[in-house]
Amino acid sequence: MQFDPFVIPFNIGLYFILIYAVVRCVLWFRDLSRADKLRLQRGFFGRPFAKSLKEIFMESLIHRKILKSNFRLGYMHMSLAFGWFLLILFGTIEADIFGTRHLNPPYKAIFFKFFNPEHGRNGIEAFYAFIMDFLLAFILSGLLLAVIKRFSSRVVGMKKTTRLKTLDKVALTSLWLIFPSRLLAESFTSAAYDTGSFLTGSLGSVFASFLPVNELAYPFWWLYSISLGTFFILLPLTRYMHIPTELFLIFARNSGIRTGDHYGAFTEIQTYSCSSCGICIDTCQLNLSTGITDIQSAYLLKGIRNNEDVKDIANNCLMCGRCDQNCPVGIELTPIRMIMRREPETKSGDNGFFEKYFPSHVKIPVPKTNGSLVYGWLPAVKTTKAEVLYFAGCMTHLTPAIKKSMIKILDAAGVNYNFMDEEGGVCCGRPLMLAGKYKQARELINYNSKIIKQSGANILVTSCPICYKVFRESYYLNIDVYHHSQFINSLINEDVLRLRFLRKKITYHSPCELGRRSGVYAEPKEVLKHVGRLQLTRHEDENAYCCGGSLGNMHISYAQKKKIASDAAKDLTRNNPDILATACPLCKKTFSPVTETPVADIAEIVAEAIILSHPDKKNYSKVISLKEPVDISE
Amino acid sequence: MSNFGFTLLKARRIDYDANDRSIADFIHDNEPSFRWCIECGCCSATCTSGNYIGFSLRELQILLKRGENEEVKEKIFNCMLCGKCILVCPRGVNTRNVIALAQEAFKNKKQHAV
Repeated sequence: MQFDPFVIPFNIGLYFILIYAVVRCVLWFRDLSRADKLRLQRGFFGRPFAKSLKEIFMESLIHRKILKSNFRLGYMHMSLAFGWFLLILFGTIEADIFGTRHLNPPYKAIFFKFFNPEHGRNGIEAFYAFIMDFLLAFILSGLLLAVIKRFSSRVVGMKKTTRLKTLDKVALTSLWLIFPSRLLAESFTSAAYDTGSFLTGSLGSVFASFLPVNELAYPFWWLYSISLGTFFILLPLTRYMHIPTELFLIFARNSGIRTGDHYGAFTEIQTYSCSSCGICIDTCQLNLSTGITDIQSAYLLKGIRNNEDVKDIANNCLMCGRCDQNCPVGIELTPIRMIMRREPETKSGDNGFFEKYFPSHVKIPVPKTNGSLVYGWLPAVKTTKAEVLYFAGCMTHLTPAIKKSMIKILDAAGVNYNFMDEEGGVCCGRPLMLAGKYKQARELINYNSKIIKQSGANILVTSCPICYKVFRESYYLNIDVYHHSQFINSLINEDVLRLRFLRKKITYHSPCELGRRSGVYAEPKEVLKHVGRLQLTRHEDENAYCCGGSLGNMHISYAQKKKIASDAAKDLTRNNPDILATACPLCKKTFSPVTETPVADIAEIVAEAIILSHPDKKNYSKVISLKEPVDISE
Repeated sequence: MSNFGFTLLKARRIDYDANDRSIADFIHDNEPSFRWCIECGCCSATCTSGNYIGFSLRELQILLKRGENEEVKEKIFNCMLCGKCILVCPRGVNTRNVIALAQEAFKNKKQHAV
């Protein structure tokens, strides 16, 4: 058996990390809820497993999502991940075919050149050596980009790169040393035996002309082995833990496990799957407009991993969800942030060096809803029966034009509706949730639920996307919840609402809570297409901006909010629309003062375009005369 | 106190020496816009909670700044954090954060006292 002492550091590192990864996965599996365990078990024998293999190949190795959005950055990640994978794969095959015997220990493949220096002189061997050299060159090109990125992130098309802690830097250095030391070690050995292909061979002969290659080769094989060993040993303490964790995450996600609203094993898996690539920093509007660069999701997850107090990071965020959309790993960043905003049960603290391998984490339970009432003073519920319930929401009461327009539309369509908060109702509860106060929010939710139940309505229409999201997801009611843009769209489709064409250029701004957070993109645009010429911008659907007025962020100042709003408005009105349309009263309120283009809600635009109500009302029986004269001259 | 020959009604007296301004200071340290308030009362006029009971941020922040925390202690938790007051504030005070910080300060104080 071929053996040399220099393989020992590599062997220690490799077996350590393999055992560690398995133990960690078993621990995570143990901590999953019973339902999630069943999901995983079912997924293992079903389609999710095959799907995960495909996703692991496409995302973890090829990095398809990053390649699509930013080629240079994608190439950097791909060359390191996919290149290294191929190098190991081809190395193992090489050792098996050309080595002295079959089924070799892993170190044989990694240090093949040392044990078989004569390999690669002619024929198929030379061709194989060429492939190996090519793969090494592929990785080294990516490594070069990575080194440049550390000093100037613009080169790979990124505005900012993640700041690292000391241990990360040590691991990064050992990772960076792996491939150059392999190159030098192989080159020296090749030169000594006069073998090697285009890279190691030619580099070796250059070195041989002025260096004692025979003596130099051995120390570099040691360096290669030590840097591999160090990297493996430090991996669990650093962001490189994402390499083994991501595989588990992809499988768990494909099996149907989601974050939900409690901190558990799956949240922890996601936390460790973050590679701190910094794409979330690059898309964050707090970074783009106000230059705040220490609160993005990469730092939040890093803080959770290191068991730091992340309350300030968690709270300083617009909760727009742009990072969720762009995260190449697909981590549910905003739900994790929502959890981190709640009161933790245990205090965070610094883990010792050895504790870091099996760290303890802050426990954040789902708050109990019993106990004394905070809003016990709310009056008893009184409401009238109706088919449709209209809930304007707090913000809509501050933009009365939207409220009036909705009343006009509902009247014109002859809808039998009840205005739930005509006199100013109770808040929907979402702002409290965004502030991490789930218990209080649940109280308001219960109060509003009572009103909705008593009214006997089957449809709830709301004008505010913030309310829409919470009505749909956190009110456990047997009722169809519509945002007004969806409701208007259904009225148009049922032919109970007739509109004229306004001949205006309209740009639509998709509100975060309605778009990214609730997935409603199509209906508002459908409605706008009925009444005007919809102009598309570069910020459609998932790429939409946040207006900056978000209730999610309590930390930033008025001036910073205004800066975000004006930057977004400037970009949205680039092709000079007549109207900047939105579907959220808060967006309207935020955009109005910062742009000269008139800002209007969809309801206002539709109300302006209404022509006579349809004579034979199919579903909506109440006959109404229009309160305002309507101009039908056009 | 020197006797000037006339008296001050006790209810009208603000005793800054005896009052506890620590909570107001805590809020100000974390949210500097707290001091921009001109006490116009827009926040109270638009308030969702104020629609039902006499919840007034204008009143509460005056009391906090005077250090008369006893009256604020219970009332501050009546807020629903809906954020209408931020939108109407002519001075750009981050009112939601002011209330959240005040609630946090009162909670911490209660915990330390026990």
